[in-house]
Amino acid sequence: MKKLAVAAALISAATFSTTDVEAQSRDQIRIVGSSTVFPFATAVAEEFGRTTDFKTPIVESTGSGGGLKLFCSGIGTNHPDITNASRRIKKTEVELCAKNGVTDIVEVKIGFDGIVLAAAKDAAPMELSLRDLYLALAAKIPAPGTEGGEGNMIDNPNKTWNQVNANLPNKPIVVLGPPPTSGTRDAFNELAIEGGCKTFSGMKAIKKSNKSAYKALCRGIREDGAYTEAGENDNLIVQKLQTNSEAVGIFGFSFLDQNGDVIQAFPVSKKEGAASQAPTFEAIADGSYPISRSLYFYVKKAHVDVVPGIREYLAEFTSDKAAGDFGYLADRGLIPLPDEDRAKYEEDARNLTNLTLD
Amino acid sequence: MSETNKDFKPTDWHSDEMNARIKRRYRKEKTFKAFGLGAVVVAALFLVMLIGKIASDGFFGFFQTSIELDIPFEQSVLGNPREMSPEAFQEQVKRANMLRLIDAAMKEHFPEITNRRERRDLIRMVSTGARGQLRDMILANPTLVGTTKRVSLLASDDIDQLHKGKIDKNEPEANRKVKDKELGWYNKLEEEGRVTLHFHSTFLTHGDSRDPEMAGIWGATVGSALTLVVTLLIAFPIGVLAAIYLEEFAPKNRLTDLIEININNLAAVPSIVFGLLGLAVFLGVMHLPRSAPLVGGLTLALMTLPTIIIASRASIKAVPPSIRDAARGLGASPMQVVFHHVVPLAMPGILTGTIIGMAQALGETAPLLMIGMVAFIVDIPGSVTDAATALPVQIFLWADSPERAFVEKTSAAILVLLTFLIAMNGLAIWLRQKFERHW
Repeated sequence: MKKLAVAAALISAATFSTTDVEAQSRDQIRIVGSSTVFPFATAVAEEFGRTTDFKTPIVESTGSGGGLKLFCSGIGTNHPDITNASRRIKKTEVELCAKNGVTDIVEVKIGFDGIVLAAAKDAAPMELSLRDLYLALAAKIPAPGTEGGEGNMIDNPNKTWNQVNANLPNKPIVVLGPPPTSGTRDAFNELAIEGGCKTFSGMKAIKKSNKSAYKALCRGIREDGAYTEAGENDNLIVQKLQTNSEAVGIFGFSFLDQNGDVIQAFPVSKKEGAASQAPTFEAIADGSYPISRSLYFYVKKAHVDVVPGIREYLAEFTSDKAAGDFGYLADRGLIPLPDEDRAKYEEDARNLTNLTLD
Repeated sequence: MSETNKDFKPTDWHSDEMNARIKRRYRKEKTFKAFGLGAVVVAALFLVMLIGKIASDGFFGFFQTSIELDIPFEQSVLGNPREMSPEAFQEQVKRANMLRLIDAAMKEHFPEITNRRERRDLIRMVSTGARGQLRDMILANPTLVGTTKRVSLLASDDIDQLHKGKIDKNEPEANRKVKDKELGWYNKLEEEGRVTLHFHSTFLTHGDSRDPEMAGIWGATVGSALTLVVTLLIAFPIGVLAAIYLEEFAPKNRLTDLIEININNLAAVPSIVFGLLGLAVFLGVMHLPRSAPLVGGLTLALMTLPTIIIASRASIKAVPPSIRDAARGLGASPMQVVFHHVVPLAMPGILTGTIIGMAQALGETAPLLMIGMVAFIVDIPGSVTDAATALPVQIFLWADSPERAFVEKTSAAILVLLTFLIAMNGLAIWLRQKFERHW
């Protein structure tokens, strides 16, 4: 009987303690969003916690889309203050935000990330163009000898790299990459696959006449086994590349930066015949490496000065010490913005300038 | 058969036919035994390989390289504790740029390096955590100011990996994380015996960090403990009461059958589903704080309940009816029968089931993903409503980090988690052995 009474007391204690939690205000910044920005946001959060009297912000890795959804779900301490994104916020997301009362958003661009194509050290080196990537990985490609367009599309028949381009080695196409939920995949589809697709004149014609068909054709990745979804874990792809010298992996630059001794990256060229560019720090920074994208974070203006420390966190993230050319984020693989751009976003962050989508 | 009856002959055990048959039987038995043994050996081999790999990877995770430097605790940087109030001194030390002290020590050691860029690279051989180390040291002992002392500072993760032999010095420079220049500095320090490898207690006492050399498992351990306490407080009483009621008091009808089937089904539901449920109910409807062990505990309690109920019912069922009959015969009420006789006898089984359920909850990540416990959290949680993460989540987060040094931290964290799991299962076995009754 005694035990029963104790148990009952404990249950009621547990339920009671939950009721007044909601009323508490928050004294700790909450950040959600992209797994690509996660390593950088956490580094800033830790430095911020160490050097100021504020608590260390909590950073969750939810993916860009998931983060924006949480971010736009409303105002109040139950909703995150900041979301990281490896792509720009979409118009539909701004509308969703506005519907839930999140009208004033500050956009901060923090730098670039290159998407690299890499293989094991002992694999035959390749120089790829965006067109090669499109012909190797798209679900549908223009029939040989045509320039694509309505009626000229066939299911991708290419099995080896030299079928794509005679200059490439006779090796099967085995590509390990991120799943569709990943921002890296979105960016790869847009920059690499669509970039290669655009080089066919027939596809340009479709773009004018039927935009949604164009998107489906130019961003669809084949699902017949040549492209394997390897999950969101880039370390896993790096490990798999080491055991299979035929496989090519797609992942973010910071993983190449850390694993340069076991994998090699393939140079990529924008156009057939143009000089190809290896994914180096400098090439991504000045835009000469074709598959690179910008990283952002978004701040809810209504939470500034309500949740303590947001202004200071913004200042830390945009400072030269963190995001500058020789800042600690560059050590972790972030490609910094050009100085004048960084100065602009530092200014925007200080003045809490509202986001404008053009 | 009738023919054999007519000319019946006793079996000739020594006939060739019979000998062959007996031999075949023995052979069959032998092959079966060999296969059985083979199965056990293969399973054991896999286990040894797995644990061996994790242990050999994780072993170094408990160790850390340090660099010993002669740090001049300069008054110009730190202020003079004899001339200012203790508060003002503390404030000054907190704001002081400790990198200047490290820079001064390095300048003493490598006077030939004057280039600013290179001096910065030199300082980077020491972990960013060294600043905190120095600060704590000065605050604890202000008399250090004005003296020079040999201090052991944490090395950066790359130097640490180099010292542990995880970075190949013979690899061409372009592909190596540690460049030739740094390698030269490292070799010089190494020759002077200033680079040491020692047990790294920070790993067991600190929270998460983005620097592998500063990262610790304690925050996640406390988070797991708080979560499990909530789980136990909710799941144990509810589970045991439900089991007792269903087994001893509930009428046998369609409704209770339906409940029984549902409990068995719930035990097989994938854990991510409980996470979605937790997200919808505890965060969506009840507005509990995100990432809190309270929510994690409630969610895992839902997941553990079926396990506890099933185990408890089985062990209550195993109490022989004669005990109940005897108690009732002596005039005990149904309540007294259950609580004086049946439950105490069933307790070892109930506890075993509960502990195994808890061990399962300890290893779960999927439900925690949905309620925001997969997060970077540096502070050690102090209560069930503070943001926290859990041991398996910490392993997941480290496994996904680009820095190479996190590989050994991941394995070391797995070793810690395995230790807890083995301890819990050991406790379950011990309880069973100690209290089990045989009839």
